[in-house]
Amino acid sequence: MSTETENPPADTKPKAQTPPPKPAPKKPETAPAELPAFEKSISDKIVEKFSDKVEVGFVKKDRVRINVGREHVHDVAEFIRDGLNYDHVESVSGVDYPQDNEIEVVYHIGSYTDSSLARQILVLATRAPRETNPIPGNDATRLPTLRDVFYSVEFHEREVFEMFGVFFEGHPDNRRLLLPEDWADLPPLRKDFAIKGR
Amino acid sequence: MTELPPGLALQKVDERIMTLNVGPQHPGSGHMRIIVQIDGDYIVACDPDPGYVHRGEEKMAEYRNYITNIPHLERPVIHDSCNILYPYVLGAEELLGIEVPERAKYVRVIASELNRCIYIMYWLAIYGIFLGHSTMFMWPAGDRELLIDLMEKMTGARVTHAHFVPGGVRNDLPPNFEDVCLRQVNYFEKRIKEYAAVFYDNPILISRTRDTGVLSRQDAIRYGTTGSVLRASGVDYDLRVKEPYDVYDELDVHTNVMKEGDSYARSRIPWLDMMESCNIIRQALQKMPKSGSVRVKLKPNPKTKGLESVYKRVESGRGSLGCYIVSDAKTEPYRVKLSVPSFRNLIALPNLLRGEKLGNMPSVYWSLNYWPVEADR
Repeated sequence: MSTETENPPADTKPKAQTPPPKPAPKKPETAPAELPAFEKSISDKIVEKFSDKVEVGFVKKDRVRINVGREHVHDVAEFIRDGLNYDHVESVSGVDYPQDNEIEVVYHIGSYTDSSLARQILVLATRAPRETNPIPGNDATRLPTLRDVFYSVEFHEREVFEMFGVFFEGHPDNRRLLLPEDWADLPPLRKDFAIKGR
Repeated sequence: MTELPPGLALQKVDERIMTLNVGPQHPGSGHMRIIVQIDGDYIVACDPDPGYVHRGEEKMAEYRNYITNIPHLERPVIHDSCNILYPYVLGAEELLGIEVPERAKYVRVIASELNRCIYIMYWLAIYGIFLGHSTMFMWPAGDRELLIDLMEKMTGARVTHAHFVPGGVRNDLPPNFEDVCLRQVNYFEKRIKEYAAVFYDNPILISRTRDTGVLSRQDAIRYGTTGSVLRASGVDYDLRVKEPYDVYDELDVHTNVMKEGDSYARSRIPWLDMMESCNIIRQALQKMPKSGSVRVKLKPNPKTKGLESVYKRVESGRGSLGCYIVSDAKTEPYRVKLSVPSFRNLIALPNLLRGEKLGNMPSVYWSLNYWPVEADR
């Protein structure tokens, strides 16, 4: 019995050592001394047009990140295409943030037609609410589709739908792409889907 | 009005349409299924169904640290393994703040270009046999061995090299490698020039691929296609020139562009790319520092600073290959997303096949430079 009373201090020690692994929801703007001028001009144009509806995530060499709420993502994407000459989406990635109860969808947008933008990738990020018990297609995890703005997102958005359960409203072809037809588990790239045995 | 006998009555259109599954165990489709609807001999609709070789590479990457991710992330394209690792390695280096030695950058360029040729030769062999051209299966499969031998000398493995690591490359070049490499690459270049007479100038190939599956420049941009598909439709875009990584800005890289946008142009561009790769290898061998370190050793289990993300892309054998890494101050990445060219080019397939004859399907499909395993990841 006496040993049990001695145990608690040893028990609390490892807990104090592990730092809380909580990533900040929005990236803090640690702006370096001078921002690259061309990239800054791109983000300035978007901020000028949409003022407080958008938030500049970062401005780095060749990369500009814009965070936007889901109610404005369609308008911002249209402006990026018509006003800034971006013409195709290279990649659509979902990122799951269970600690924020949100799923982030990140569009990497590039341009073939405008040679001054050939090196540039515009990162457009938006977030959808995350369900603890997802029913893909039938819950609040929804975003407007960008398929009518950028045709090239078609298959990418289908992939995000099956892998994260984000339903894209207005997408003409909301079907699974890679997963088997009889998949009846959580969307597999969400953080709460654990690989068996790990 | 007399009634027609049953055999002569006109059929309704929807009764004429037949649905055909090509794959997933068809030698002409690879590990994927293409559901085509045909009216007589013509394709009216096509629905690609990938996913038969989905292995969850992106999920696996969240469970392993930056170094142990290397051997499994190359699995989607084992015959282009250096190029699929390249953007991941560049991204990890930026996140971990590593500066790569100059000699390592040149070794990477040589390995990457050799691997590009190895991939294209494999693709060309299958394209040849798809079109019933057995010589074009045997020749590339045999000549590919030259370069595989070089890669074996360089990395120790014939196909899955796992050669690129954050901080440089795994091993230095073996002694006398430069001479052997130069000799074999020169011979290789002479050899692939002979392919023109037997394959690219062959009237049978031309008649089967000319004006089939035409992708206009405007559509190529709208679909967001990449690599040889994009450049065959007249868009001058190659990341080695447009956004040079490592030492590509010090090398003279020529971009091959054709305007036709048909299957023939899409099959010719990779062949021209191989000759360009030979040029790049020769330049790199000449400019490379003759000695020096090729790797910065990392601490065990390196960690990144905080929540950061990076998107890097390189020009692989099939086109632009992007890697988006999100890290959160742990030893494992928080999320790894591979944006692979095969997946991006797949969107063009339904649009190219609509209205084509069924017999043209193999030549159009394989001209997209599509690798099912890579698209599924």
